[in-house]
Amino acid sequence: MAVRELTYVKAYTEALHQLMGADDDVFVVGEDVAGYGGVFHMYDGLLAAYGERRMIDTPISETAIVGLGVGAAARGLRPVVDIMFMDFLAVCLDQLVNQAAKMKFMFGGEVRVPMVLTVAAGAGLSAGAQHSQSLEAWLAHTPGLKVAMPSSAHDVKGLMVTAVRDDNPVVMMLNKKLLGAKGAVPEELYEVPFGQAAVLREGTDVTVVALGRMVVEATAAAGTLAAEGISVEVVDPRTVQPLDTATIAESARRTHRVVVVHEAVTFGGLGAEIAAQVTDAAFDHLDAPVLRVGAPFAPVPFSPALENAYLPDRTRIAEACRQITKRS
Amino acid sequence: MTALEHATEVVDPVPGTGAPHLPEQPDSGPEFVQLLTPEGERVEHPDYAIDVTDEELRSLYRDLALVRRWDVEATALQRQGELGIWASLLGQEAAQVGAGRALAPDDMAFPTYREHGVAWTRGVDPLHVMSLFRGNDMGGWDPVATGVNLYTVVIGAQTLHATGYAMGLQRDGADAAALAFLGDGATSQGEVNEALIWAASLSAPVVFFCQNNQYAISVPIERQSRVPLYQRASGFGFPGVRVDGNDVLAVLAVTRAALARAREGSGPTFIEAFTYRMGAHTTSDDPTRYRMASELEEWKLRDPIARLKAHLARAGIADAAFFDAVDAEGDELAVRIRTGTLEMTDPAGTEIFDHVYAEQTPDLERQRAEFVAYHASFEGEK
Ligand SMILES: Cc1ncc(C[n+]2csc(CCOP(=O)(O)OP(=O)(O)O)c2C)c(N)n1
Repeated sequence: MAVRELTYVKAYTEALHQLMGADDDVFVVGEDVAGYGGVFHMYDGLLAAYGERRMIDTPISETAIVGLGVGAAARGLRPVVDIMFMDFLAVCLDQLVNQAAKMKFMFGGEVRVPMVLTVAAGAGLSAGAQHSQSLEAWLAHTPGLKVAMPSSAHDVKGLMVTAVRDDNPVVMMLNKKLLGAKGAVPEELYEVPFGQAAVLREGTDVTVVALGRMVVEATAAAGTLAAEGISVEVVDPRTVQPLDTATIAESARRTHRVVVVHEAVTFGGLGAEIAAQVTDAAFDHLDAPVLRVGAPFAPVPFSPALENAYLPDRTRIAEACRQITKRS
Repeated sequence: MTALEHATEVVDPVPGTGAPHLPEQPDSGPEFVQLLTPEGERVEHPDYAIDVTDEELRSLYRDLALVRRWDVEATALQRQGELGIWASLLGQEAAQVGAGRALAPDDMAFPTYREHGVAWTRGVDPLHVMSLFRGNDMGGWDPVATGVNLYTVVIGAQTLHATGYAMGLQRDGADAAALAFLGDGATSQGEVNEALIWAASLSAPVVFFCQNNQYAISVPIERQSRVPLYQRASGFGFPGVRVDGNDVLAVLAVTRAALARAREGSGPTFIEAFTYRMGAHTTSDDPTRYRMASELEEWKLRDPIARLKAHLARAGIADAAFFDAVDAEGDELAVRIRTGTLEMTDPAGTEIFDHVYAEQTPDLERQRAEFVAYHASFEGEK
């Protein structure tokens, strides 16, 4: 079937549209999702196509939104719950972390929670400290949850299809700054499997493992570095829970150097986990300690100038690659 | 005409003979406190009287007109790329000015992100608010000096801060109260309901001032509540009052009474100020996607400023020279806001590291030094 250029956000809408068409159990709940089509236009056209029974505008009650998703999923439906900004997870974390994530375990396996929680994550739009966070580390740290971080239109659609079909609670972290980014997207339904990293660019000198929007920055840095004679391999884990350590370690064994990049704060971030995994699996092959590039240990500033200085970018990533290749 | 001009065009119901047809106020009757009708006529209410001097009336008008002028300028500046975002108060001037003017100096206001009119009445410099929305400032004004807490953007959180603050006032035996602002949508939030429960349980000196502007972004009030919001208060065990939010006199009278009640130890009150958001939710929003233009037209006839103007003119309290002077003052204010905003400079990058903890930590000290060194390495490159 045909492959077209779609924006990241349209790839998400298309995935849902097709999934809803195929399965009457799939429905969407959240603030402003139905009539408005979502504040980020993620749900444009779905109310017209599927009606109010399956596109549900809610009061401003995040705990109820997620809790309803948990209950509906436990009864066998496939809810897609949307809480707008990822930061609002903090308002309703009990339903996600204590309820959704643990229900199967605490019911001795009797109950499944096939719920997708969609959140808009990430900084770079001057949205302030409470509307810009990347909180994947909180979630990946919670047994029972799966966490997808698509970096392209192609992966948004494929990961969303996998997420909706998955029998576990899955958090889909859409990156706000990528919503308008275009990419090739097949028309039909396809899955991008969880726990399978993509090697987006092959290289021999250094492996850059990047999450979410940082994949775009890492790829740009790789282009710059190629001109300087540094060959960079870019690996996008695509899901951080489960995490494809095998692909990352395999790459590390070939390039002998690893830089991990995410826009979340460095301390306690996925970079630490990935560094530890690489060290465990490929220590003897490493020519240098794993480097992490992330945000400083401070909230995301609202000021565009400060936010710009705060966020990791291609320049910083290139700098880290130069540094790590000099070390050996 | 642009959407903004449309929205700000004041429909003056008084001049000429026939006042324009006014759509039925959906909420008239004794349960709805109104002291000034949309046509600008003073009316009495059995429970709420107000004694205002002519001077006070003129100054209320001035506040309403100036905050609107500020708001229009801020929206324009955002459109020109000079502010990150702006949350317009258009249409809600009377609710905000009325509530703000009811506060005593020692009272404390806990705003959402829209209460520029409250900030104005407390003497917060508009440029402080502008600097916040422009991102030139890490914080804003001094909450203690002004009696206005900083803006809160996670819906409803400030109602708990206000309740906690009120508990502190109670402990101190202070003759003061807290005034928590919230929107209609916020009433659905768990935190807000917990605040209402605590306030009732502890009989805390806090007043909940809910501006029911009919929408939470695109979601109409009907989706938040099947009963009028003020009626919810009785379930929590304290009084609820619905006031015409476009009537600055009624808002002032009702809020004054509620704050006095709180200060004297009789506990919380929930005020529902029935109003309308005439502009977009924020500059990121397009309200034509979810509401009819005719609705806005209908609400323009209840414009909060036009009715006071009509009253002042008809009662001979203010003349054309007064209105002209206020307009001129508005233009000066707009110029001050515009130039002041454009002159703002970015904060130093190192501020990122300076406000995270009460004390500077060794780790942040190190990160700060690395940050400085990293950025210094680019100097001379451009
Ligand atoms: C906890 C939380 N959920 C959702 C949002 C997104 N949001 C921002 S404003 C808003 C609507 C608020 O409506 P209302 O309380 O009526 O106040 P208004 O904006 O109309 O003044 C929403 C849903 C948020 N900021 N915080």
